[in-house]
Amino acid sequence: MIESFGWPEFMFLVRATGWTLVLTVIAFFFGSIVGGAFAIMRLAQNSLLRRIAAVYILVIQSVPVLMVLFLSYYGLSLAGFDIPPLIAASLSLGIYVSAYLAEIWRGSIEAVPFQQWEASSSLAMTRGQQYRYVILPQALRISVPPTVGFLVQLVKNTSIVSVVGFVDLARAGQLINNATFQPFQVFGSVAVIYFLICFPLSRLSKHLEKVLHVGRTN
Amino acid sequence: MQYQFQFNSVLAESGFIMQGILLTIYLSVGAIVLGSILAILFSALRANGPRWVGTLVDIYVELLRNTPFLVQLFIIFFGLPSIGLRLTADQAALLAMTLNLAAYSTEIIRAGVDSIHRSQIEAGLSLAMTKRQIFQHVIIVPAIAKVWPALSSQFVLMLLASSICSFISVQELSGVTAIIEQRTFRSFESYIVATLLYLVLALTLKVGLLGLGRLIFPRVSGLSRVQVKGEAA
Repeated sequence: MIESFGWPEFMFLVRATGWTLVLTVIAFFFGSIVGGAFAIMRLAQNSLLRRIAAVYILVIQSVPVLMVLFLSYYGLSLAGFDIPPLIAASLSLGIYVSAYLAEIWRGSIEAVPFQQWEASSSLAMTRGQQYRYVILPQALRISVPPTVGFLVQLVKNTSIVSVVGFVDLARAGQLINNATFQPFQVFGSVAVIYFLICFPLSRLSKHLEKVLHVGRTN
Repeated sequence: MQYQFQFNSVLAESGFIMQGILLTIYLSVGAIVLGSILAILFSALRANGPRWVGTLVDIYVELLRNTPFLVQLFIIFFGLPSIGLRLTADQAALLAMTLNLAAYSTEIIRAGVDSIHRSQIEAGLSLAMTKRQIFQHVIIVPAIAKVWPALSSQFVLMLLASSICSFISVQELSGVTAIIEQRTFRSFESYIVATLLYLVLALTLKVGLLGLGRLIFPRVSGLSRVQVKGEAA
């Protein structure tokens, strides 16, 4: 049956947007926990920990998210789990997020002047205390703009999970296009919805850079 | 886990995989070359063209940077035929990648252009250089030299994003992998092989671009770099 792209179809897109956002939140949540751990590992005094983190980040950043998605999808099912697409999608996007956030946050931690480490160690603080009371509060401020900027990348990259049968915004667009054959209207609307989510985030990131005075100085 | 890995049937398709790799390289290199030319052109227009042209370039950049590559690919592949422009899947992929990369590269080069100090341009003016000469010798080349690392990571990200072209059944590396997976029923093995190949391709490109940067911009290696990060498409 050939219908045309009207209000009900548009509302279907809006509902699918909810799933895109759900996936974004889950992936960001898990990715930030793992990514934070890898950022700290990357700066550890133990060289083995440093190297493991460096290799993890290098490998995940040098491989398409699509491959990570397929490997989690098929890997989990081989391990005997009957997995809903949401789990595979969250896992793979979480892995992807962790590698990028680890690098962003490592940069933020390194951007804290090294005198702060010296000062806190001269107060006989342990490394954990240095992180907790001196370094991380300052690194947090530096990390906010690029982290918000990365959220834009995450929202856009969730679009590929449609390939394992997850009905997110991009997949909903494909389904409607298959029924209506009105690609410009359908994918145009899909693009507009993504834009309405991503553009404010991009602006926010730029704005925060100015407000928090962490932009380049020139 | 009682799973027996069997790579033989996947590796038996090495000729087919090679075709996929070649198409991935062709698409990526094509998009990098064409996208860079477009980005330099856009940067020149922003710097020297009338105000409204600069605004158009900015709108283009923002539109492409804030929508997924997959959706851009769909609009080009499914949308363009309905206005009479019929592209093969490969052509649509190359076009989408070029336009996407041009937007990101324009934004990265902008950071480099912004970092060129006003006094440099004044110095050029006092040497009676034309607007065009100033842009060419004083602005764009030093700007690109400064942001070369960020541009390089953007190029690598484009190589990785080319895998998404398999959604419109382009037979690049991930496209042939999907076909091999259906032929052999060795899903996990197929994607392990493809992932390793992407890893090799990405690292080779990364190292190659680093070397290329040293070769093209030997004098600026001591110049302070502008901090810009590449962004995943």
